[in-house]
Amino acid sequence: MTTISENSTAPAAPEPAVATGLIGFVPVGIARALTLGGGILSVASCFTAWTWTPRFPGDLTFYGSPGGLQMQVLVTGLLTTLFALSSYGVKGTRWLTPAGGDAALKLAALANFAIAWFTVGAISVTLGGPVNLEPGGAIVALASLLALLGALALPFERPKVLPVDPEDTGWDQFKHRAGNGWDSFKAAFATAPVRRLPSMHSSVEILIITGILAVALGVFTYGIGTEYDELFLGFLITAGLGFAAVNKSGLMQQAAQLTKKHQNLSIAGAFTAAALFPFTQTDDQYATLGVYILIFATVALGLNIVVGLAGLLDLGYVAFLGVGAYAAALVSGAPTSPFGVHLPFWAAILVGAGASLVFGVLIGAPTLRLRGDYLAIVTLGFGEIFRIAVMNTDGTSGPDITNGSNGIASIPNLNILGFDFGAEHVIAGFTIGRFANYFFLMLLIMAVVVLVFRRSGNSRIGRAWVAIREDETAALAMGINGFRVKLIAFALGASLAGLAGTVQAHVTYTVTPEQYLFAGPIPPNSAFLLAAVVLGGMGTMSGPLVGASLLFLIPNKLQFMGEYQLLAFGVALILLMRFRPEGMIANRRNQLEFHEKDETPATLAKAGA
Amino acid sequence: MTTTTQSADATSAPAVGETVLDARGVTMRFGGLTAVRDVNLTVNSGEIVGLIGPNGAGKTTFFNCLTGLYVPTEGEVRYKGQVLPPTSYKVTNAGIARTFQNIRLFHNMTVLENVLVGRHTRMKQGLWAALLRLPGFKKTEAEAEQRAMELLEFIGLQDKAQHLAKNLPYGEQRKLEIARALASDPGLILLDEPTAGMNPQETRAAEELIFKIRDMGVAVLVIEHDMRFIFNLCDRVAVLVQGQKLIEGDSATVQGDERVIAAYLGEPVESEAAPAPAPAAEEAPETPEADGTDEAPADEAPSDDAPADEDEAPAAEAEAPADEAPADEAPSDEASDADESSEDAAEETDEAPSEDTPSEDTKHDPASGKENDA
Repeated sequence: MTTISENSTAPAAPEPAVATGLIGFVPVGIARALTLGGGILSVASCFTAWTWTPRFPGDLTFYGSPGGLQMQVLVTGLLTTLFALSSYGVKGTRWLTPAGGDAALKLAALANFAIAWFTVGAISVTLGGPVNLEPGGAIVALASLLALLGALALPFERPKVLPVDPEDTGWDQFKHRAGNGWDSFKAAFATAPVRRLPSMHSSVEILIITGILAVALGVFTYGIGTEYDELFLGFLITAGLGFAAVNKSGLMQQAAQLTKKHQNLSIAGAFTAAALFPFTQTDDQYATLGVYILIFATVALGLNIVVGLAGLLDLGYVAFLGVGAYAAALVSGAPTSPFGVHLPFWAAILVGAGASLVFGVLIGAPTLRLRGDYLAIVTLGFGEIFRIAVMNTDGTSGPDITNGSNGIASIPNLNILGFDFGAEHVIAGFTIGRFANYFFLMLLIMAVVVLVFRRSGNSRIGRAWVAIREDETAALAMGINGFRVKLIAFALGASLAGLAGTVQAHVTYTVTPEQYLFAGPIPPNSAFLLAAVVLGGMGTMSGPLVGASLLFLIPNKLQFMGEYQLLAFGVALILLMRFRPEGMIANRRNQLEFHEKDETPATLAKAGA
Repeated sequence: MTTTTQSADATSAPAVGETVLDARGVTMRFGGLTAVRDVNLTVNSGEIVGLIGPNGAGKTTFFNCLTGLYVPTEGEVRYKGQVLPPTSYKVTNAGIARTFQNIRLFHNMTVLENVLVGRHTRMKQGLWAALLRLPGFKKTEAEAEQRAMELLEFIGLQDKAQHLAKNLPYGEQRKLEIARALASDPGLILLDEPTAGMNPQETRAAEELIFKIRDMGVAVLVIEHDMRFIFNLCDRVAVLVQGQKLIEGDSATVQGDERVIAAYLGEPVESEAAPAPAPAAEEAPETPEADGTDEAPADEAPSDDAPADEDEAPAAEAEAPADEAPADEAPSDEASDADESSEDAAEETDEAPSEDTPSEDTKHDPASGKENDA
């Protein structure tokens, strides 16, 4: 397939007999031209009006300035055009597809088609019929369709399929044919091995990393700032398929090579990019989302030490967040707290983390001696016990400590060294609101957790955790004190959650028992935390962060799904586990399995970025 | 290869002395079942001791008692005079390392990491040292890594340090398990069937490896079913049958013992002249004065029958190892056998020329060798 993209004038692939497109009847030359033309036309049509009335959100009635969903079509259209040019071998665009152009082009065209038709469909449905489309809308629909057809007609090397056994039953034959079809379909998106990055000066590499981080910040900021359902759904489509296209092009692997090479720098850069997020906002509305995502992601990362590294299934992890939050709330000087103390933040954070640590040891000590699923059951129980105990220590059915279901309200804002977290501050002309203040604090806490994760994972104790997860008997025979090591992991995870809890108490003003459920529509809860870890990729650092962001944003943005949210979430999780069991971001060890022959030992000894 | 083996024998011989492992009256009961009954066993430094017995004899259970995976119902196990604590990790800490019958590597860790995990007890860096990067942390890690790489070089896996353990071929996994056990700088290593499932070539390599381990000053206690392997390797062999130690002694004593033969082959129907016709039926030309010991492995592990039959089997059968391994290895085995038993030596010196001839014209007759391998 690489050869095709390099020599597009020759219509025949190396093996002309087997190399045909998914759509067979279009000649290769025409197909490629069609894709390129469709891509260009899609881009152009974004500058026309798609509908006559501004009633459709985003106001797509202007000529010359793309708005709302048009921006997304513009991006995918550009992607399609660029990949098409690259597959023609146009000078200056070849670097775009280090893993061969066709697979990336197909996915880009698919992304373009999906988002264009989603937009056109949304306009038709919202405004009551396709009659509301201006010619621009019709053009983009046609252009993206043509581009997709062209892309699908691009030839690929068909895999050898097994012929159907005529003696099979009808159902077996059907299954067999479906399997063959699926194999061919997968082969259509197969890529060549990624070209090695040319050696560059390290300053250039750092510049590229900066660029990647800027793009990531841009995408994240756009996603978090989407104002209406259509835009967010469109964002999911664009980001998902666009990401897949870029991944297929091989750029992603090259980026991963770069970030691995400059790992510490990349992490520092990522934190800088995240710290820049509040400066891209004009008000505090999305900083709120940002800080909640950070809390969720931090706790998920803490859970990843317990689940991902040590392999201890903790189903009540959110309780440790609750313990930390309640501990901090009780000593925060809140009027409803029965203790009239107001500790400074550094002390409160120690109290919060310490309380969680104590509970972690209390829960872990009796159960971690056992193997198997006992821990899961005990932690599940502990999660519920914590919630109900807090509910009942309200002065009537128990001692008056936590104020029952009313929770501890009016938790005062933090004040560290005279910096009032409740007030707005102006930094370099940017107004930084309350949530943005907490955003920075939470970022700091996350940095601590990231540091803990990285350093502990890559040490004697981290190896012992993984060894225990892999084979406890063998680990014991290697001289690892299994109980002790597991207890350390469990307690460490608990205290990190407590750490996040102390900040959470202040961010939310109020702590109530209902914030700390096993499963509920609003993250963080134990089920979502575990899902974030599994979804993102167990044992990796960035996996839970990505998983947590998605799991927080999707329910938050798609309010209309309401009751069906958990159902949709469950279906998505099942699909993910079926098709990508290692999670969205694969563990370096899983990656290693597929890149056994790569000789990059120096970089593999570090935890995944 | 021959020379290394022999010189190894020579150098280590005087080192035998201090008792490393001393198991006294070890009994293990599971409910009403007594898996191990009153077994005494000592291993001295510089020694390779073999533990054999039919399947289900309690060999692995005895191993588990030694390494703290099981707590013996009665009896005690001493390591260099100290009573061993009944906990797996403490036993390793004390200086006994082991491998497992079914390979138990950490599959999703790299080869190097596997060995580093084995190094766990010899490193003292805790969580705080790792988190705060206390002084000495990097040095300790670097030292551990260096030691691990040395061990990987020792077993010849240094080039695969960054591969996942599960992607290694079977034989290399076995070796890696040994390297992982050696990483804890043990005084005694327990090998549970280190050559199970290996071909004769690999078995030979494992033999060399174990000799090298012994030369490092590590005493070895090995369970094996491959009799030829055991009798080549071990200074002493103990036979465990139905949980009880039947006999302990050098190869000749064990091979000649009637009870051992009976345990493996059943009680002889007639007198000792024709010990066990049934299992030997497949090997048609049987010399009448053959003692049954060498058929024992044939019964136990049929794949090994060809090498085990060397004393009495006709030339065509003795070729089997020579067919696969380099020709010079066959004499090496005979040599080490000769050290161990004078009787055998006499027999073998008789046979040696007759074996040399076929090993030269091995290529003329490959079919019979294959037949035996199958």
